[in-house]
Amino acid sequence: MTDQVQIFDVDTLRADFPILQQMHHDGVPLVYLDNAASSQKPRQVIETIDDYYRRYNANVHRGVHKLSEEATAAYEEARIKIRHFINAASKREIIFTSGTTDSINLVAQSWGRANLQAGDVVLSTVMEHHSNIVPWQLLAAEKGIVVKYVPLLPDGTLDLEAYTRFLRDEPVKLVTVMHVSNVLGTINPVQEMARQAHDAGALILVDGAQSTPHLPVDVQAIDADFYAFSGHKMLGPTGIGVLYGKRELLEAMPPWKGGGDMIATVRLEGSTWNDLPYKFEAGTPIIAGAIGLGAAVDYLTALGMDKVQAHEHAITEYALERLAEVPGLTLLGPADAAKRGAVTAFTLDGIHAHDVAQVLDAHGIAVRAGHHCAMPLHEIYGTGASARASFYVYNTPQEVDALIAGLYKVKETFAI
Amino acid sequence: MHDMYREIILDHARNPRHPGVIDQADVEYEDYNPLCGDRLHLTLKVDENNVITDVAWEGEGCAISQATASMLGDEIIGKTLDEVKQITKEDIFDLVGIPLTMNRVKCALLSLKVLQIGIHGKEHWQKIEDEGEE
Repeated sequence: MTDQVQIFDVDTLRADFPILQQMHHDGVPLVYLDNAASSQKPRQVIETIDDYYRRYNANVHRGVHKLSEEATAAYEEARIKIRHFINAASKREIIFTSGTTDSINLVAQSWGRANLQAGDVVLSTVMEHHSNIVPWQLLAAEKGIVVKYVPLLPDGTLDLEAYTRFLRDEPVKLVTVMHVSNVLGTINPVQEMARQAHDAGALILVDGAQSTPHLPVDVQAIDADFYAFSGHKMLGPTGIGVLYGKRELLEAMPPWKGGGDMIATVRLEGSTWNDLPYKFEAGTPIIAGAIGLGAAVDYLTALGMDKVQAHEHAITEYALERLAEVPGLTLLGPADAAKRGAVTAFTLDGIHAHDVAQVLDAHGIAVRAGHHCAMPLHEIYGTGASARASFYVYNTPQEVDALIAGLYKVKETFAI
Repeated sequence: MHDMYREIILDHARNPRHPGVIDQADVEYEDYNPLCGDRLHLTLKVDENNVITDVAWEGEGCAISQATASMLGDEIIGKTLDEVKQITKEDIFDLVGIPLTMNRVKCALLSLKVLQIGIHGKEHWQKIEDEGEE
């Protein structure tokens, strides 16, 4: 791995990330491997946000003054960048939200409440993040819909035969599935799942929180009805996310949140709604967040998402190889790097994941420990928690080596 | 005086052509600019050859939206509905004849929005509105 030709110049790229320049403590460099939780931000994103607040901070869509004009232009330009990034057919299909969770709740509360009836099935999977389980459970409690879950095969991929059976035997109105698992790393065949869902007369919502930052996404090729993702996992700021929806679906959906900017007219007797996408953007939006996400999209586009994917694939392949050397380590999810994204969750025999993470942190290595907002999945694997190292554009094979060395130190500390 | 308020705009805004509402209109539609509260109500008379023979505007708004409606009214009398369908944002900008800032574009386009949705529907209007902005 270390001898391979680099896909892009990681050293130069790392210089763009101020946080990676600092020492973790006492001369120990920071090895940041918690990218599935949140990515670091390049100076280009930080400076874009700083520039907005310093130079043209104002509300959007309202003022006729220069600052508001400039803020509105930058906010709408970000929307167009994102449309191209995921190949949506129209900028009107790009709804700014506060994140993936907000996007999924929007679909549940708007489309779901208007279109689902008691007995209808929402088909999720057992590997979902809580944000793609709980909104549907809330709707189930309110409307009497039924939430069912596609099970896993032993290799950590979805049981697609069971999926096909669910679609055949149950009144499934919506399939809701993550594109890439935040624990197993599994890349789900969402395009094929969309085709089957549509053949069965169901819609499909894809949770793209772990895919959009890491691989080329084409919502039209997938034929997703809805696609949700977050800015902060893809070099952008927190507090901003996107819901993509097919235009004809969004047009027919009632608003979810009411307030300013989403109306055409308001009278005391009732109101009418603004056009897409504003119908779903009530209140002053996360202006700096949207503009910052636009800068993040510029950064990723300049790298090339195919190269981002290739870089991460190489790192993941190397990490899987090295993790397999560690005695007592059990990897969750597919052993084959070709079937997964840049996420490696694992358990160490006899040592709780929190303790693993704590000792790694003492050596400057940041990983996540816990259930990663996927409690049902951890229950299936018979473990309460796992440790997770997840990679991004700035990670290097040397950092994988540091992780492995750190894991041996963990074992030493606990004398296992 | 600011460029945006050249004499012809002020003239049309002060003395809008085609004010009022036509009785028994063949086309009637009203819409808003939700961002600043402008309202425009359109009524049209159309003959058997789909030619526009009369137009009337009623509503309230800023000098730009009122003047543009007034000028657009002059333009469309004698045109067929199909000819109106071809009117673009650029045609309106030419009519206004002065550079508009982004938020004022909405004001200038309100009359075209009401006209196009009233005759050809919302989808056609959004196609015009999105042109060159994707």
